Amino acid sequence: MRIDGKGLVDRTKPVRFRFDGKDYAGYKGDTLASALLANDVRLVGRSFKYHRPRGVLTAGSEEPNALVEVVGPSNQTPNVRATMQEVFEGLDCRSQNRLGSLRFDLLAVNDYLSPFLSAGFYYKTFMWPRAFWEGLYEPIIRRAAGLGSLSGKHDEGTYEKAFAFCDVLVIGSGPAGLMAALTAGRSGADVILCEESHALGGRLLSDGGTIGGVPAGDWVAQVLAELQALPNVRIMARTTVTGAYDSGTYGALERVGLHKPARPNLPRECFWRIVAKHAVLASGALERPVAFENNDRPGIMMASAVRTYLNRYGVVPGKRVTLFANTDQARGVARDLMASGIQVAAIIDPRPDASAVEDCPVHVGAEVVGSRGRLGLAGIQVRKGSETIEIETDCLAMSGGWNPTIHLTCHMNGRPRWSEELAAFVPMEGAVPGLVAVGAANGSMSTHGALATGHAAALRAVEALGRKVSVLLPEAEDMPYTLKALWAVEGKGRAWLDFANDVTTKDVKLAAQEGFRSVEHMKRYTTQGMAPDQGKSSNVAALAVLAEATGRGIAETGVTTFRPPYVPVSIAAMGAGGRAEGFAPQRFLTSDQASRDRGAPMIEAGLWYRPSYFPKPGEATWREACDREVTMVRETVGVADVSTLGKIDIQGKDAGRFLDFVYTNTFSTLPVGRVRYGLMLREDGLVLDDGTSARLGEGHYLMTTTTAAAGLVMRHLDFVHQAFCADWQVRFISVTESWAQFAVAGPKARALVNSFLEVPVDLPFMGVAPVRIGGVDGRLFRISFSGEEGYELAVPTRYGEALFRDLVARAETMGGGPYGMEALNVLRIEKGFITHAEIHGRVTAHDIGMEKMVSAKKDCIGKAAATRPGMWGPEREQLVGLKASAPISAGAHLFVPGTEVHRETDQGYVTSICWSPTVGAWLGLGFLKDGRARHGEKIRLVDHLRGLDVLCEVCDPVFHDPDGEKLRA
Amino acid sequence: MRYSGLKVIAEGLFGNKGWTPAWRNPSPKSEYDVIIIGGGGHGLATAYYLAKNHGITNVAVLEKGYLGSGNIGRNTTIVRANYFLPGNSEFYSHSLKLWEGLESDLNYNVMHSQRGLINLFHSDGQRDAFVRRGNAMINQGDDAILLDRDGVREHLPYLDFDNTRFPIYGGLLHPRGGSARHDAVAWGYARGADRRGVDLIQNCEVTGIDIEGGVVRGVQTTRGAIRAKKVGIVVAGRSSQVAAMAGMRLPIESHVLQAFVTEGLKPVINHVISFGMGHFYISQSDKGGLVFGGDLDFYASYASRGNLPMVEHVMEAGMTLMPMIGRAKVLRSWGGIMDMSPDGSPVIDKTHVEGLFIDCGWNYGGFKAVPASGWCMAHLMATGEPHEVAAKFRLDRFATGHLLDEEGTGSQHNLH
Amino acid sequence: MRLTCPLCGDRDRREFYYYGAEDYLHRPPEGAPLADWDNYLHLRDNPAGVTKDLWYHEAGCAQWLVVTRNTVTHEISGVELVAERKA
Repeated sequence: MRIDGKGLVDRTKPVRFRFDGKDYAGYKGDTLASALLANDVRLVGRSFKYHRPRGVLTAGSEEPNALVEVVGPSNQTPNVRATMQEVFEGLDCRSQNRLGSLRFDLLAVNDYLSPFLSAGFYYKTFMWPRAFWEGLYEPIIRRAAGLGSLSGKHDEGTYEKAFAFCDVLVIGSGPAGLMAALTAGRSGADVILCEESHALGGRLLSDGGTIGGVPAGDWVAQVLAELQALPNVRIMARTTVTGAYDSGTYGALERVGLHKPARPNLPRECFWRIVAKHAVLASGALERPVAFENNDRPGIMMASAVRTYLNRYGVVPGKRVTLFANTDQARGVARDLMASGIQVAAIIDPRPDASAVEDCPVHVGAEVVGSRGRLGLAGIQVRKGSETIEIETDCLAMSGGWNPTIHLTCHMNGRPRWSEELAAFVPMEGAVPGLVAVGAANGSMSTHGALATGHAAALRAVEALGRKVSVLLPEAEDMPYTLKALWAVEGKGRAWLDFANDVTTKDVKLAAQEGFRSVEHMKRYTTQGMAPDQGKSSNVAALAVLAEATGRGIAETGVTTFRPPYVPVSIAAMGAGGRAEGFAPQRFLTSDQASRDRGAPMIEAGLWYRPSYFPKPGEATWREACDREVTMVRETVGVADVSTLGKIDIQGKDAGRFLDFVYTNTFSTLPVGRVRYGLMLREDGLVLDDGTSARLGEGHYLMTTTTAAAGLVMRHLDFVHQAFCADWQVRFISVTESWAQFAVAGPKARALVNSFLEVPVDLPFMGVAPVRIGGVDGRLFRISFSGEEGYELAVPTRYGEALFRDLVARAETMGGGPYGMEALNVLRIEKGFITHAEIHGRVTAHDIGMEKMVSAKKDCIGKAAATRPGMWGPEREQLVGLKASAPISAGAHLFVPGTEVHRETDQGYVTSICWSPTVGAWLGLGFLKDGRARHGEKIRLVDHLRGLDVLCEVCDPVFHDPDGEKLRA
Repeated sequence: MRYSGLKVIAEGLFGNKGWTPAWRNPSPKSEYDVIIIGGGGHGLATAYYLAKNHGITNVAVLEKGYLGSGNIGRNTTIVRANYFLPGNSEFYSHSLKLWEGLESDLNYNVMHSQRGLINLFHSDGQRDAFVRRGNAMINQGDDAILLDRDGVREHLPYLDFDNTRFPIYGGLLHPRGGSARHDAVAWGYARGADRRGVDLIQNCEVTGIDIEGGVVRGVQTTRGAIRAKKVGIVVAGRSSQVAAMAGMRLPIESHVLQAFVTEGLKPVINHVISFGMGHFYISQSDKGGLVFGGDLDFYASYASRGNLPMVEHVMEAGMTLMPMIGRAKVLRSWGGIMDMSPDGSPVIDKTHVEGLFIDCGWNYGGFKAVPASGWCMAHLMATGEPHEVAAKFRLDRFATGHLLDEEGTGSQHNLH
Repeated sequence: MRLTCPLCGDRDRREFYYYGAEDYLHRPPEGAPLADWDNYLHLRDNPAGVTKDLWYHEAGCAQWLVVTRNTVTHEISGVELVAERKA
């Protein structure tokens, strides 16, 4: 019911929204919860386990009951707190976790079965017969569990992530937060003020009162006006700080567009990483319910929420309100209601010495022991001494006191301290370096306490920043706050602690009875605190009930750990930017467009895209193109972009010495103008990478790495240099992106290369020379990854595309053309060249037949560890070639023909295969136990997954031109 | 007390008053035949199989916190047997067989659910590596099926097949892979061990290991000295600290691994799915939460908590692979302490001290190993000989170079 | 988590690569027994408390750093360049 003249909603801006298919009206500034309550909708959801009718309990993000699905034009969002969702024109929501309608939920039968569904019942049953678990029991449980649903459609919404930096981060904008922000802001420090709600002011918007002699609302407006005018203060509304991390980093979720109709490019949410030198936690406190029989009916609400709905939204959730509270503070709720003309049927105060003087009946020393009303509260039973009376009421405001909102202070393993005086946990000081809790979050419950502690914390931060400021502390109420805790009213029925997960006092007691006495055991056994609200309103009461059941004190019982995020954060927000191609950087070759122009399918190779093959008209499969390209290279000339290989420019007097240290073989003796193949080990003796290094000058080398290991090798070189030989005269830098490099291979390669050069070069195999190509300085290497006479032509990146197009055009006039990754792979398999398919991190130089490349004359990285006994010997698998007349497959395993196929008889495996148009057979590379001694043997190749069982010949891995005549031609 | 559906009904009819404690709460005796340090999954399973398989019941499990307070209660609950190196294959295969009989063995529903695990691959090279793995699984007697892109689409229609950075080429389906309810595994073993006479002693921290003349004599604890003929160290992320009490330096570096769970949702993901480009794996619990994780935070840590860079990386991977989970909200994140070994494989072995044994180095794959780890550690402690499926999990294999490196990433601890 | 690079200043953890304990700096000399290599490559003190470990400013100045760090609290108390380390 809406009350005239109350609240901060904008009555000039009516808004229509929809809930469960029915249209309702609210105002701008309403939450879905306040608007539904204004329309007298009390039933908004069903509980998790028993499917009990539930209504709005709170007015904040801690809401355990009022979770709804928001239905958008393209997708739906489950588990949205009605208490946080602002209404806007066209907002469409529906209730969730029901079978049938909200009023007639078929799964409500669970409530009648509750004696059999006690804590942990599922661990004790559903075990027989075994096959029924996956087939019957589990599917039923899964369907009954869960809350809202995802649509299964891609989330096409826009999300953002951002960084922010500040001197002082203020979390919360109640009296403590505003005072801290004002103090820090006036000092000139960079301040970020985060407020979870859409409006700033915190409880001052709900509770009224005066500050500095003016109404609290006016004071809030004054402070905000000043803060908004300060250029060094950034105010972030609708922003919840969700986690405290190392080095002053905080995660925060801003609801950017969730309160508006969706439109293109409007982010739904933004996830912030805020780095703050100091942080002030002014997150207030959360009011806690009292457990009594059937305390979960719609219409039973937190007292502070009733006050918020009244004062902030102008809504009362009932016509005849009752109050059940054990603090003086909570009386203000009843007084505000009465001042607005709402009938307060009774105040029930369990404290025997509490004041009975109010403008309504007050039952002192009494307790609410039960409630009635099927889909909403109709009445309560109150026990006073030996008598029980029935009071008709449709809204019970309850309060069991307050729990400081200490969650962020626990995110770095800080354990909170139990305060007997407050009957609550308070933050451990210094638990998060740089973060200070103030106000109610630190147990200062009065407005004065909040202002004073917020002010003091900001002053300390300002001082530490070397700034000065003087701010007068305004006067405000300073009511003492002490209470005797009331966690649960004695009674036989089910009394809810955790509304969200349907955990009652009985469940907690049963856990203790069954030996789950540790607070963590109780939590995990009963699931208390594991629901969407993470036990915000139930944790402390549950452990109090556990403490009593186990005969311990609360401090001794301990508390479970609060972990990030403080409120649930969408995966899309924290994963913003990862959607589609945003997940990883994309690296493109200079020839990328030229390759695409020729219809080449581009495939991912690490972060790069490389052409797979270059199809010609009439070719139906990739194999046809690949076979043609292989034959083309073998017979005429082919051009391939090999710029993805890592290139490291190494210079200095000790460059050769350095290469000697990182390669197994020797480079210091390499003549200028020559290239050498090198093998690099990890320090554990296994092969790290291979490639060529060219000596360009006396103290100048150019190292090539594989595409996959480029970054790794760079990091490795930096380590070896800085850790072991920082005093050597050597410097190096990655020039991978600086050069475009093209392989030109085949019998006509020399002719093609020479057609480009101003001065034709006659290079020996493994030679390198500077060249000029069309007026540009480039480099020519005579190296080959194909087994043909081969060159690699390098030019500065900006000339890459032009050179590639020209190379290909000229090659085509010679009967050649471009070749892609598939052909490149076939060519190297035919030649027995390895890639990371073979050097997969578990092979030694010995395994690949390169043990002779480990120089005996010098130390090198990995040399010592490679001598461990397990790195040698015939029981290890060694690189072999495989040849077959039928298709074979990589990933197949090898067996001796005639033996059984199982793990113990496994002889090895296949790493690379191809159809070789050159050899006219299926070729493979693989690893076989003692393989080098077994050339000529027949071996059985079995691939269960692809249904292959083929007899192969074991042979030398070099199938093509074993003597290298073509290379050296 | 035997658990059953009938028992649940009978107790329910009488107010659930008759349930008795799942385990006793004994005070430590002055001497035991065997002490297991560590009341996590592996330690409890070791005690259980010592009693069940070897009749050794004069056993104490010493736990510094509460039973199951380590990684057994903070993992992503995946159970699989998809290793490919001899030494690992047979061990995890054995473990999976034990999982398949665990409920009836323990009389405790650990909710082991074989809903199928799909490892996705995103290049020809990855496919071949997974085929090698799948063939090894079949050679071992386990199951594996190669799915092409359409095969994956049939199982997981909600993945982004069209607009993603690393297209899905296919997947390796392991039908017997799945998940279980992690806490229940600890509780089931604890209850089973307790019923066989094992003393489970909580809030009892070991502060020293007593060794005389190279032979273990017992341990010092916060609840006094306890003598024992044999002592097993089964403390996962804390292995280095406890082993140091016996003068050992382990091939272990402890790291934090984070994991995440969303709010409850109606069933939407039926399988366990693992992304091949960037570490990301996900399943949905019976309660409805999406349970998922990624890689280590990568720095040595005992903090049981992590930082945002890896959190965000995991979420980004989720968004590129299956953007339909975007609106699921992460409810909680947590971290476990992983005992990372230099080849990614564990150790179940004797030590240089007679009577002192160690079970450690589970990296972040310890959950699925719990049954077989307990089985083999119990065998080793009872007989003095390694069990045949764990014979390669030797402590000296790094020194000798007999490595079990499934990832092929080498001796850097955090890369496995 | 943030590290203060001696060359680049206060930077986010995302810019750095972590290697392992500073043991990696003490490479055994040529001819050392294999046990020394086991110690160097594999065995670690792995303390729950203050440790020194190696980080690489990969997305920055490419310097390797020795970071003095607490593995329990993640507090960072010192950063120095590997290339200019003392002792």
